[in-house]
Amino acid sequence: MKEFGGKALFLDRNDINTDEIIPAKYLTENTKLALQPYILEDLKLGGFDPRRDIEGKGVIITRANFGCGSSREHAVWVFEVNDINVVIAESFARIFRQNMYNCGMLAIELPKRDIETLFGLGEAVEITVDLAGCTLTAQGDKKVVIPFILNEFDKNLVKAGGWLAYADKNY
Amino acid sequence: MGKTIAEKIFAAHLRDTPSPENVILNLDVVLCHEITTPIAITDLEARDMDRVFDPSKIKAVIDHVTPAKDSKTAMQGKIIRDWARRHKIRDFFDIGANGVCHALFPEKGFIRPGYTVIMGDSHTCTHGAFGAFAAGVGTTDLEVGILKGVCSFRIPETMRITITGILPDGVSAKDVILFIIKELTVNGATDKVMEFVGPVVEAMSMEARMTLCNMAIEAGATCGICLPDRVTAKYLWPFIKHRYASIDLAVDDFLQWHSDPDATYVQEMTLDVSRLAPQVTFGYKPDEVKSVVEMEGTPVDQVYIGSCTNGRIEDLRSAARILRGKKIAANVRGILSPATPKVYSQALEEGLIAIFMEAGFCVTNPTCGACLGMSNGVLAEGEICASTTNRNFNGRMGKGGIVHLMSPLTAAATAVQGHITDPRKLL
Repeated sequence: MKEFGGKALFLDRNDINTDEIIPAKYLTENTKLALQPYILEDLKLGGFDPRRDIEGKGVIITRANFGCGSSREHAVWVFEVNDINVVIAESFARIFRQNMYNCGMLAIELPKRDIETLFGLGEAVEITVDLAGCTLTAQGDKKVVIPFILNEFDKNLVKAGGWLAYADKNY
Repeated sequence: MGKTIAEKIFAAHLRDTPSPENVILNLDVVLCHEITTPIAITDLEARDMDRVFDPSKIKAVIDHVTPAKDSKTAMQGKIIRDWARRHKIRDFFDIGANGVCHALFPEKGFIRPGYTVIMGDSHTCTHGAFGAFAAGVGTTDLEVGILKGVCSFRIPETMRITITGILPDGVSAKDVILFIIKELTVNGATDKVMEFVGPVVEAMSMEARMTLCNMAIEAGATCGICLPDRVTAKYLWPFIKHRYASIDLAVDDFLQWHSDPDATYVQEMTLDVSRLAPQVTFGYKPDEVKSVVEMEGTPVDQVYIGSCTNGRIEDLRSAARILRGKKIAANVRGILSPATPKVYSQALEEGLIAIFMEAGFCVTNPTCGACLGMSNGVLAEGEICASTTNRNFNGRMGKGGIVHLMSPLTAAATAVQGHITDPRKLL
């Protein structure tokens, strides 16, 4: 099974929508890889520049209702092709969250206080995820270990590498 | 214990319970369009799994960019067109017969009370207007839906929204739903079904109910849903008359889906709309809503009337009520996109298209294009659009553009005055 984790990119805003993650004009691309340069292109966030800030990151840490709006799975694929395979948020929009599990990627919901803890760890934070144990370790200015809840089905989707593999086997 | 309509539909379609929180449902209809389906098709081909579970339950349309605007969109059209032919998907709607999916598919009678419906499009919640459970999904869910006819869902809770009073003249379903989204916020209904009930909903046409359910996703809801009744039966009658001896019997049959009196709701909201004013969004989120009075005078560059929210015949009629005999302001570009060929031809017959054109509107073919900044009305940086669509996200209708969501009446009044205008003044 693949490893989940990496350097964290902090997106300090609620309600980041999938139009901001990947604008609709790029939905005419017929491969996932072609989306790569356009990640978070329309995100309005003080000082954030995707061309500078994405490089080397493997995890997104953000606030509430991440991935709201359009159902476009391109919003998950654009993370995948940029080597981001975990998003940690206070909450997710339903379709985005499902799309993450469906692609074998990890959407982790944490209580607000844990999100605050992560945001308080400084700028350079490295996340490692123990999927079997449902804990994540964040190494920043200090090291913290945070447990998370992932329901059995969602965990099985991630382990199977996504919904298509799971459904093909089971239905 | 009593069940809600959503719980009844879930029970009737249950395939599996892979965890206490999740269910796998059998699907009655899988809807497809050319933006999110081609990648599902090419992925299935690459995996040597290019099959469909039941071609009669798959409906497909090219609607987002049509006619194709460039080689890439032409290829998206070609992939879905070739696929529909290859798998003998009879209900495939191409140029000449195509329209905005969430207006076209209901018009064809594909959505029935008690159905489960998915589509790779977040506004699939529109179809809840028919008493169906209809949810937007991503491409992988769509892919599995196409292949296996199933979809997974977290079991949603239901919130009941009771709409009472009398909708004042100049105020429409769009104003009601904008107000509800403002109250609930953009994630107030996440993982929930919004069940719309009450005398105002009962008095609404199917078109108005579709507008109401269409924007349930903007509050985060899995689905909006209305209880199927005589209005539903009359709308569907041409498609169901072989199944029922009378409309009365159809209405009786639909009762099986109605929520039980002792059903459990996670949240209740009652809204008396008798004093509701027309509503308009500001900012970049659909819960940033004010009454039109507070927004009055905001200048606009473009007025767009169309989309799965408000491109149906009633919407065109209400806008035409204001535009009749008037010209739109010199500073404004007006664009009308009737949502389907049927809406277009009906609008022609009723003389509505002439009213729009004489007022100075450009009339496009049915397409989603402008709503998401893909074609047929993309904004330039810094431009402002008064729009009957569903999202005012940053860049939604074009990079750097600003969108104010409103009803067709308010959009028409705004077009005439050149700035956001209360339509009640012009009625």
